Amino acid sequence: MEQQRRQVIPIKLKGRIISRGCAKGEVLLSKDPISFLGSVDPKTGVVVEENHVLEGKSIQGKVLVFPHGKGSTVGSYVMYQLKKNGAAPAAIINLETEPIVAVGAIISEIPLVDMLEINPYEVLNNGDLVLVNGNKGYIELIEQETSKAENN
Amino acid sequence: MYLTKEEEQILNGEAGETLRQAIGILVTLGDIYGADRLIPIKSAQIAGVSYKTIGDAGLEWISDLQGKVKVPAILNPAGMDLKDWERLRISPDFAEKQKLIVQAYEKLGIRCECTCTPYTLEGFNVSYGDHLAWSESSAVSYANSVLGARTNREGGPSALSAALLGKTANYGFHLDENRVPEISIDVEYQLQGSDYGALGYVAGKLVGSKVPVFHLRNTPDADELKALGAAMAASGAVALYHVEGITPEIRRQVFEEPAEKITIERKQLEEVYESWKKACQEPELITIGCPHCSAAELEKVAKLLKGKNVSKEFWIFTSRELAKRYPEYIRTIEKSGAKVVCDTCMVVSPATNSYSCVMVNSGKALAYVPGMCGAEAVYGSLEACVEEAVGGAAKKAGDSY
Repeated sequence: MEQQRRQVIPIKLKGRIISRGCAKGEVLLSKDPISFLGSVDPKTGVVVEENHVLEGKSIQGKVLVFPHGKGSTVGSYVMYQLKKNGAAPAAIINLETEPIVAVGAIISEIPLVDMLEINPYEVLNNGDLVLVNGNKGYIELIEQETSKAENN
Repeated sequence: MYLTKEEEQILNGEAGETLRQAIGILVTLGDIYGADRLIPIKSAQIAGVSYKTIGDAGLEWISDLQGKVKVPAILNPAGMDLKDWERLRISPDFAEKQKLIVQAYEKLGIRCECTCTPYTLEGFNVSYGDHLAWSESSAVSYANSVLGARTNREGGPSALSAALLGKTANYGFHLDENRVPEISIDVEYQLQGSDYGALGYVAGKLVGSKVPVFHLRNTPDADELKALGAAMAASGAVALYHVEGITPEIRRQVFEEPAEKITIERKQLEEVYESWKKACQEPELITIGCPHCSAAELEKVAKLLKGKNVSKEFWIFTSRELAKRYPEYIRTIEKSGAKVVCDTCMVVSPATNSYSCVMVNSGKALAYVPGMCGAEAVYGSLEACVEEAVGGAAKKAGDSY
């Protein structure tokens, strides 16, 4: 059993390249869309939107998984501000990226891959260690949160 | 998406970091929307100028860019009159930041004139079929619909990227198949002046982002078409419309009449004018020039104000170039106590936020002032706006519709 479960790691999923670059981090899942303008504090990376599923959590250094962006086009610039303040996510995975987040990720040099061959919400859990390769267009699940717990 | 060898090299960073990022933006948007290649553009118009809208985040990004634009490029309205900002009581802090934004754009070779009507300026003439990368929604609508040019509604960074490369991705309104009417709108009565802004305000809400074709009973002029398109782009997301027998594309080619048809009744327009009764009774500020006043509109306002004095704050927005071209109109208008303001507008300037009730003759301003400026907005014709400003029986004008 143990052998079998380990075989699924690493899982590699192909997707579409939106923003180039390559980064690793812990998964933070959001079922809600994200508006970077007004919903995320550009200084700290903490989600401040009331009743958002990530309210109070920091996106800093995470592999942030959300369906798509919403809200003002100024959101692209806020992503750039997050990056300059060291508070940006390490990488992003979307179901389907729209232009605000696409442009924001490119100008901020945050790797972003979308339209994975399998729905990321069915495969990824909070705390999983994931690599996002925006140069080649895939993500790789390196370590599952549960297996990390077992190893401890 | 197909890229030429040169474009591939730019994407690989061989032409520097700014251009690598610029082409990255265009290629990604092209991939998202299914573009086959990049195409040359004639000019660019860049949104993301007012400090009120883009804030420190935008200022930082623009300041970090390098290089020069490859095609004529111009800016959307800023948050203040760049020369005479103190007159509308803009705070020195805001003015400082706003100047930094404009200087950052200027460094990139962009013409630092801030207007939503670039098509009235020297160097930004547009011909039928030209490809453009414009951002401001009313300018996009005018270019596509009234001039027969082709542009998507670009975001600030993508318009700037297009300007730096002289190209944009070939998708959306650059392609014939996306310019076909999708919904037919019948208007069975005569329209005049501000009726077009009211019609656009109503139509935009009904059609969303579809391409409408209007069947009108009379012939609108350029300013009336400008008002119609501006309102539809604000209350909806219409970037292209046709008017049977009037706009150039539908005069040159035969389109099939769309299956989806709606009629807009006179009563629906009356409701727009009746915002007067529902909102505040007493406008404190009257504004004209959304989109920026044309020469004909400046002339009309000057004639109406000649020999009169305004008793309320009355702001008339236009481009700096037109203000310079028609000094006699400006003198007449300002002699009445009204203020001609350039480079900005009532929607993107923080000056409007100090008022609680604003009168407008623009369907676009009617859509945006409440959300962007925290003020109630009431709607009236240009004539009713002038009457209200000079303390005449403007309420009668509002009711008499």
